[in-house]
Amino acid sequence: MTRPHRLIILAVLCLGIASTTAFADETSLREIAAGFVGANFSGVSETAQTLAETGDPAAAVILQALREGRLHWMKSDETLMIADRDGREMRLFELFSEEPAGTARRRDLSKVKVNNAIRNQVDGLIGGLTLLSPDPEARRSAVTAVFERRDPAFLETLNRAIEQEEDARLQALMEDARAAIVLADDGAPLEARLAAVATIEARGGQDALSTLAAALSEDAPPALVDAAAEARATVEARLKIWGYSQNVWQGVSLGSVLLLAAIGLAITFGVMGVINMAHGELVMLGAYTTFFVQEIIRTSAPGLFEWSLLIALPLAFLVSGGVGVLIERGVVRWLYGRPLETLLATWGLSLILQQTVRTIFGPNNREVGNPDWMSGAMHLGELTITYNRLWIIVFALAVFALLLLVLRHTPMGLQMRAVTQNRAMAADMGVRTGWVDAMTFGLGAGVAGLAGVALSQIDNVSPNLGQSYIVDSFMVVVFGGAGNLWGALAGAFTLGIANKFLEPVAGAVLAKILVLIFIILFIQKRPRGLFAVRGRAVEA
Amino acid sequence: MNKALAGLALGLGVVATTPAVAQDTIKVGILHSLSGTMAISETTLKDAMLMLIEEQNKNGGLLGMQIEPVVVDPASDWPLFAEKARELIEVNGVAAVFGCWTSVSRKSVLPVFEELNSLLFYPVQYEGEESQRNVFYTGAAPNQQAIPAVDYLMDQGVERWVLAGTDYVYPRTTNKILEQYLKDNGVAEEDVMINYTPFGHSDWQTIVADIKAFGSAGKMTAVVSTINGDANVPFYKELANQGIEATDIPVVAFSVGEEELAGIDTGPLVGHLAAWNYFMSADTDANHDFIDTWHAFIGDDTRVTNDPMEAHYIGFNMWVKAVEAAGTTDPDAVIDSIIGVSVPNLTGGYAAMMPNHHITKPVLIGEIQDDGQFEIVDSTNGLVVGDAWSDYLPESAPLISDWRKPLSCGNFNTETGQCGGTGG
Amino acid sequence: MSPRAFDRRSLVFLGLLFIVVVAVPLANLATAPGSWAHLPSFAVSLFGKYLCYALLAVALDLVWGYCGILSLGHGAFFALGGYAMGMHLMREIGPRGVYGDPVLPDFMVFLNWDRLPWFWHGFDMVWFALAMTMVVPGVLAFVFGWLAFRSRVTGVYLSIMTQALTYALMLAFFRNEMGFGGNNGLTDFKDVLGFDLQSDATRAGLFVLSGLALALGFILCRVIVTSKAGKVLVAVRDAESRTRFLGYRVESYKLFVFTVSAMLAGLAGALYTPQVGIINPSEFSPANSIEIVIMVALGGRGTLVGAALGAIVVGAANTLLTGWFPDFWLFVLGGLFVAVTLFMPRGILGVLERGGPARPGAPAGLAPRRKEA
Repeated sequence: MTRPHRLIILAVLCLGIASTTAFADETSLREIAAGFVGANFSGVSETAQTLAETGDPAAAVILQALREGRLHWMKSDETLMIADRDGREMRLFELFSEEPAGTARRRDLSKVKVNNAIRNQVDGLIGGLTLLSPDPEARRSAVTAVFERRDPAFLETLNRAIEQEEDARLQALMEDARAAIVLADDGAPLEARLAAVATIEARGGQDALSTLAAALSEDAPPALVDAAAEARATVEARLKIWGYSQNVWQGVSLGSVLLLAAIGLAITFGVMGVINMAHGELVMLGAYTTFFVQEIIRTSAPGLFEWSLLIALPLAFLVSGGVGVLIERGVVRWLYGRPLETLLATWGLSLILQQTVRTIFGPNNREVGNPDWMSGAMHLGELTITYNRLWIIVFALAVFALLLLVLRHTPMGLQMRAVTQNRAMAADMGVRTGWVDAMTFGLGAGVAGLAGVALSQIDNVSPNLGQSYIVDSFMVVVFGGAGNLWGALAGAFTLGIANKFLEPVAGAVLAKILVLIFIILFIQKRPRGLFAVRGRAVEA
Repeated sequence: MNKALAGLALGLGVVATTPAVAQDTIKVGILHSLSGTMAISETTLKDAMLMLIEEQNKNGGLLGMQIEPVVVDPASDWPLFAEKARELIEVNGVAAVFGCWTSVSRKSVLPVFEELNSLLFYPVQYEGEESQRNVFYTGAAPNQQAIPAVDYLMDQGVERWVLAGTDYVYPRTTNKILEQYLKDNGVAEEDVMINYTPFGHSDWQTIVADIKAFGSAGKMTAVVSTINGDANVPFYKELANQGIEATDIPVVAFSVGEEELAGIDTGPLVGHLAAWNYFMSADTDANHDFIDTWHAFIGDDTRVTNDPMEAHYIGFNMWVKAVEAAGTTDPDAVIDSIIGVSVPNLTGGYAAMMPNHHITKPVLIGEIQDDGQFEIVDSTNGLVVGDAWSDYLPESAPLISDWRKPLSCGNFNTETGQCGGTGG
Repeated sequence: MSPRAFDRRSLVFLGLLFIVVVAVPLANLATAPGSWAHLPSFAVSLFGKYLCYALLAVALDLVWGYCGILSLGHGAFFALGGYAMGMHLMREIGPRGVYGDPVLPDFMVFLNWDRLPWFWHGFDMVWFALAMTMVVPGVLAFVFGWLAFRSRVTGVYLSIMTQALTYALMLAFFRNEMGFGGNNGLTDFKDVLGFDLQSDATRAGLFVLSGLALALGFILCRVIVTSKAGKVLVAVRDAESRTRFLGYRVESYKLFVFTVSAMLAGLAGALYTPQVGIINPSEFSPANSIEIVIMVALGGRGTLVGAALGAIVVGAANTLLTGWFPDFWLFVLGGLFVAVTLFMPRGILGVLERGGPARPGAPAGLAPRRKEA
């Protein structure tokens, strides 16, 4: 959010310095901006408009500060300042140069209040002022704002920008914006407006739909209205086809979340046969580790924030894995051969873990921030792909592959499989079964911790986090077939995609119920799940 | 075994038969979940109540006695709420109970308060359609939150509405009322989309995409959210990631306050709205004092305050004032004396207890800021009286509530001239 | 009825139950408030609730302790029974609801239902409602069991499926469109069979009924487990395949006992609702069902008496701990579960009876179970 805006400011500043003489001087801008002091919303709106009309790029700096809620005035002498909150104080900056200007107490400043309507207006105004900015990012956000506003006042600047533009994709966007303006302009010739309809139809997407619907005034010629309606139908049909891939994408994304939540369980429950009801709490511990890491980074090394998740991953693995080993050594190992009793003991442990976290961190949600690379979305055709979901899918698959590797191709994995398949014989061969048990359980628990790091990016980080996933993860493991990692993979994605195709038809609640009924019936057909494992371990 | 059973029975019996006989303190019950799913919201209210009681005791207590809080944990378990309420009243002998969150917990304890004739102060916004002699509703009724919020958005030019809520009674009723209200204001049926999700819903991809699609019809669109606490964080995260900004499709929420925002990075949410009767950002001396006291009490000056805390603040002060006026904590006397009691709220006005056991409140519309606070962008002119029975639902339109004598009825039907719930 | 059904332990249990059922109402009704012997009405309902849990736990012990079916969904049968009773109580409110509608319950009125959904018909008749409290859970258990046992879904898989069942039902009952009052469930009952639910006498009556139901349920279970069929059940528990190879129709035995158990659970639910005053979807939550399992394990699995005892202990622990240590009672409760599984594999009953004569059919929890290949 902040990065592109800073770029705009920087860009605007360069431009401003290069051409100060061509525009209104700073003093007159200051005079206009004084209108912000003590103004109500309509006053602020008018002042912003007047500022923008000077055409001075320096005005964009003030508007940007206004947009971000950084514009304040000193209560003492009513000078406008840009101010950022810093704890209980405010850090001040000069209006145009952004030079630091000391600090002030919060109560000495008054903020120029903005609401959504003003933000909307200012976005458009800044767009108009930065269409010619040397920075391509700034031009991109400018052209988006201009497209949405359809304000004929920008037409002239837009034409100039299109001529100058060297980036073909940006140029196309600018032409879309021009088309939107022409479309909305009742004074424009009919042919130009019909061409505009075609341009926007070609652009496609939801913003094309809304432009086609909203741009025409009541006295638009019927031919144009018809053309717009036709174009809308085309765009809608295209969107519908994309809708299916959107469903698949969302299903895969939900599946990856389920996979992450369940994969640790596939080890502790599937491989070892321990019904670990505290699994969800191990996931929760991973999420809280992320919170803790971010908290430390926030206070002592803010520069590392982008790396916080990567730092949290090994720690979460160790924390949850460590707790897992403790649980195994302290409780579970006394209960081998009695799988149903592990259920009771681990249920008790889950209560204890929940309450421990509640006591230490409080019962409230904790804020875990998304690093920039986890925020926002990209568009693939009409598909919206959010980065956090994308990374979680990648992460889930990576964890899966890694686990497979560990189990298949390491001595450790070999011993784990040996012990679960035939404990006595493994012991006879010199495998330290107790140690292997602890490591296996710890591995499953550690993976749950990794899942917690990922889930902290999309869900609440609260003491209840684990409970909301426990039932789902058992379903995934049982549906896929306990004891088989591939089963967990197939199970998670099948359930995820099924859910997402049912949801638009049946609604979120009913979709979930239908999926559960489906699992119940499916298990009647295949009592050992999708990928049944043969052998002794399964009947435990 | 015999011994164990006998011991248990004895143990319970002792607990059950130790009512507070000689009172040198006045006991007040605090009935908020400290574990389970609702602990996330309710624990703060327990602390707020402890703070209020401590403050009152510092100022000399009540009727010359100290107030003693009795805290129990109903553990987000609705039948346990009823059991704990009974325990507080019968066993601990509390003079009044402050507590509950969500209608189901309140519905669960209602019969207990009615039967044992005690007092409950319920601090959370709710769906209305209730007025009970022993209950005081210090949170907002729908007309004190939802309708002013919709009015504000209409002023801002919103023409298309998504009513998104968690599937339980509060969203259902609120959306029913809003649907009727929007219709009365000329909004066409195809311009309203209603969507319900289960509790704790965490995968919002589909719904947010639907909202986006619904918003692309060329009319300004807004989401009215009655999504319940826990599901909000993933909802807002998904909104932010799919790039829905408040300038495109604003979301106005009735269950999202400072406390809920504490779990979210609000940077991408700036401009989304909430309607409450109190915001922590309210710039009044009373509020600054309240926040300072709270921070000192809880020992953490990053903790926020929120609307239900103010509701407890108002409710507790009203009760204190009513007890002082009556000279006793006897419920019947307090029920009579509390009507008309007026105490300062934290936003610079006064709250008065109305005959329908609801209170007067200002309605504030706030926009989320990037520091997790709300900036008040609009407020109603003057106070709004809580309406127990909505005028926008056909069945409840003729009902009124007035607990003053001689009417003393929570659901008087003005058409038939009869008090409901009596079989006649 | 075989005399073996009434061994010493059972007789002691029934005797104690009888004393409690007589003494509690007496201490409540026949004594003056304030006297040392007086039991407040609060405690009567509370004890009544424990007795309902006890019946539920006995029902679960029948399938888990004697047949090895660990149901993580018994809460569903309990809740269904509770809902059937709740529906009757709602219908009994009649025109005394806040909107004065003679037929529709309040929640339907303000959500604009114009008529009663078909499945609400008949519940105004008490015999029908009472029958439904057992028929509905019974039919559900029969259908589910018929599917599951025939396909030989066993062990942990079966447990997780029962969990899926109760979870699906919870989600379904949360839906307001289902017509069961959504999240709020059914509440604000006025009276049962014309008796005011808020009067002490009705409460005592319900308490006595719960005690009777527990006694009858217990006797029924004892009769089943001491019969010949009971031996087969234990055989199924200990070596299912072997029993099948011996020619027994394992599925039929399992189905029978599962259905009986579900019906008993439904009965427990039906008695629970009027005493607690509310029935809502959270009764279906998987956590609740797990808690029932814990009651049985805590008391001593495979003893029936232990199940009842465990239910009372857990119920009392919930009541007492949430009042005594509101901030950290979960530590105590959680620690209790861990400690019991680790140190008291036979449950409380095992500890209480230690040193007593060795019994045939000792709890299965202790012996390492044979794995079937």
